[in-house]
Amino acid sequence: MEFLYPVFIFAALALVIGVGLALASRYFHVEGDPLADTIDALLPQTQCGQCGYPGCRPYANAVAADEVSVNHCVPGGERTMLQIANIMGVEPKAIEEEETVPVVAYIREDECIGCTLCIKACPVDCIIGAPKQYHTIVTDHCTGCTLCLEPCPVDCIDMVETPELLEHWSWPVPGTKRAIKAETRKANHEGES
Amino acid sequence: MFDIWHKIQQTLHINTTSGFTGGLVHNNQYKLTGGYPIVACPMPELLMHPIKQHIGDPCEPIVVVGERVLKGQVIAKAQGYLSVPIHASTSGTVEKIGEHAIPHPSGLGMTSIFIKPDGLDEVDESLHPLPNYRSVDVVELRERIRHAGLAGLGGAVFPTFIKLVHDQKHPIETVVLNGIECEPWLTCDHQLMLEKAHEIISGLDIIMHLVEANEGIIAIEDNKPDAIVVVRKTLVDMGFGEHIRVKVLPTIYPQGGEKQLIQSVTGKEVPAGSLPLHIGVLSTNVGTSKAIYDAVCLGEPLTERVVTVSGDAVSNPTNMLVRLGTSVQFLLKQVGVESFEDLKIIHGGPMMGELLTDVGVPVVKASNGILAMHRPTIMRAHHDEEPCIRCGDCGEVCPAGLMPNLLAQHCKEDQFERAQDYNLFDCIECGACSYVCPSHIPLVHYFRYGKGQVSQIQREKTFAEESRQRSEKRDARLAQELAEKEEKRRVAKEKKEARAKALAEKEAASQAAEVAVDDATQDVSVAKPSLDNKADVNQQDDKKAEDKA
Repeated sequence: MEFLYPVFIFAALALVIGVGLALASRYFHVEGDPLADTIDALLPQTQCGQCGYPGCRPYANAVAADEVSVNHCVPGGERTMLQIANIMGVEPKAIEEEETVPVVAYIREDECIGCTLCIKACPVDCIIGAPKQYHTIVTDHCTGCTLCLEPCPVDCIDMVETPELLEHWSWPVPGTKRAIKAETRKANHEGES
Repeated sequence: MFDIWHKIQQTLHINTTSGFTGGLVHNNQYKLTGGYPIVACPMPELLMHPIKQHIGDPCEPIVVVGERVLKGQVIAKAQGYLSVPIHASTSGTVEKIGEHAIPHPSGLGMTSIFIKPDGLDEVDESLHPLPNYRSVDVVELRERIRHAGLAGLGGAVFPTFIKLVHDQKHPIETVVLNGIECEPWLTCDHQLMLEKAHEIISGLDIIMHLVEANEGIIAIEDNKPDAIVVVRKTLVDMGFGEHIRVKVLPTIYPQGGEKQLIQSVTGKEVPAGSLPLHIGVLSTNVGTSKAIYDAVCLGEPLTERVVTVSGDAVSNPTNMLVRLGTSVQFLLKQVGVESFEDLKIIHGGPMMGELLTDVGVPVVKASNGILAMHRPTIMRAHHDEEPCIRCGDCGEVCPAGLMPNLLAQHCKEDQFERAQDYNLFDCIECGACSYVCPSHIPLVHYFRYGKGQVSQIQREKTFAEESRQRSEKRDARLAQELAEKEEKRRVAKEKKEARAKALAEKEAASQAAEVAVDDATQDVSVAKPSLDNKADVNQQDDKKAEDKA
């Protein structure tokens, strides 16, 4: 009968581990997809849809499910792409579309007819207005997603470059375009009225 | 003798005497204006007061165009906690309130209040002098110092009143007065100590009273022997010999940095990420101390400061008492600089200051020096960047004990997390590493870039988080609206069905009655198809309603 001992030992072990795993899966169960959450936290949350998904969360879900490659977030730029690639453990891929400067939407109010279509399109609720009243954009909250441009029947929305604010100004890399721009601005005595 | 010793130190990068590691020794011959008496700068034609001259939140203008203001009157009130008001530096009328260039590396403008002086220099006397400050309530004294617009005059312009509080958890034992002035060329603090020693020591006494400290130390470098003698003598004359003493330190750059100074004076190192108050020390510049005296004992807010106007392009360099808001151009005109061609103007000291391209910028609370240099003097330092040869000189001179070469490499490659692991934020931007770098790498520039990017990334993260919340709330709202609509439709449908049923029943009943009346023997199945037809029609109606919705 001695040859049965190891069989019993392993059977008992299997039972204990099986029960343990069953309990663990019951009590340590995590709702939702933590991987998608991590990716979602890295995305810029512009909700622009440039990735082909209707917002940042759906794209994060798709990336987490390995349905789509990591290089579709244009506003996130290279930094976001590298971070996501790092998390997903895949090779970084170059972003196809060119990186753009930060912009916000601006409504030319005298042309606005008050149709509220842009209000419905804004994914972050940052357009204020009522039917037949001028609409305006809370630029502090605008993500620059350009989703309000398309529904506007009179084309009165412009994307304007966000101005550099003094309190948010940071030093540019020595010798880059931005540094040269700052130099020329200083040379042109801009800011003097 | 000292010069030879300094030279040896400089060549060997040794630093045996000072408390902190690293540092470098500048040639003392650049301190052209040491011992030159402070002269008052004449009244300019226009004064410009930017609404933010300190670290913290900008002020809000409280005057209107055309209003007459007096010297020392508040023209912009503090907004938020980390803020101090701005005062008019002479009497006159507010000419306009608008954008104007300020001494800032970005070249961006800031809202400024323009005052046209009327030449009368009438003083606003709303602040009454409090000569017996020891009997005044501490809270009132502190409020006075805030109201007088005091911010650190050494160059960092941190609102002074915030530091001057007695904290039970971190009691201040020692107050260190910073009379180091380690930047080459600058001599404004040196001259102030020579001329206003009494005021400076009184100011120190006020600080010690406020924070309940027992020990006061005035730290002076050994390249200012005359100031040491004068301050010591004044201390004895005033009878403060017991509590306040002068500490003479060897000349080394950047000993004037707050943490470096505290380490040199007390031997205690301020831990990374902590404040001096955590080790029971408070330090202020001698200029600030004098301004505290003015604010408390004389009731004068901060409207003027001593500025060293020097440089190798200036024929008669001086230390000047300048009204805040005077333009740099006007200031340089006073020392004989008329043409700015082939000149480079530096705001601050040559190590940490910044190059001005617009000489129309005003003198602000942070301006401790205006230097006019010949272009070649500056340009000699501006070679193209060459690869790092790993000589390690930058690490040896770094007063914060960092490894500038690796830090710069990480910043250059946008590896900001790694740069933070190498303690990027402990860098005080003293410029010693860039100064000694044989490859002319603008190391400090990279650190500034890195620091800016880290805060930029942080800001973007916060913005993204806000946007996500807004978007989630919107989605939830839309889902709720949809559910409500669905619910309404369901209720309407039920009602309709009920109505249709009732109608059908009624019809059936009436038909049955009719049938009963007309022909009792006829089969009731005739009515059934009509009922079914009705139901079909009802269903079609519902479908239409759904499509519409």
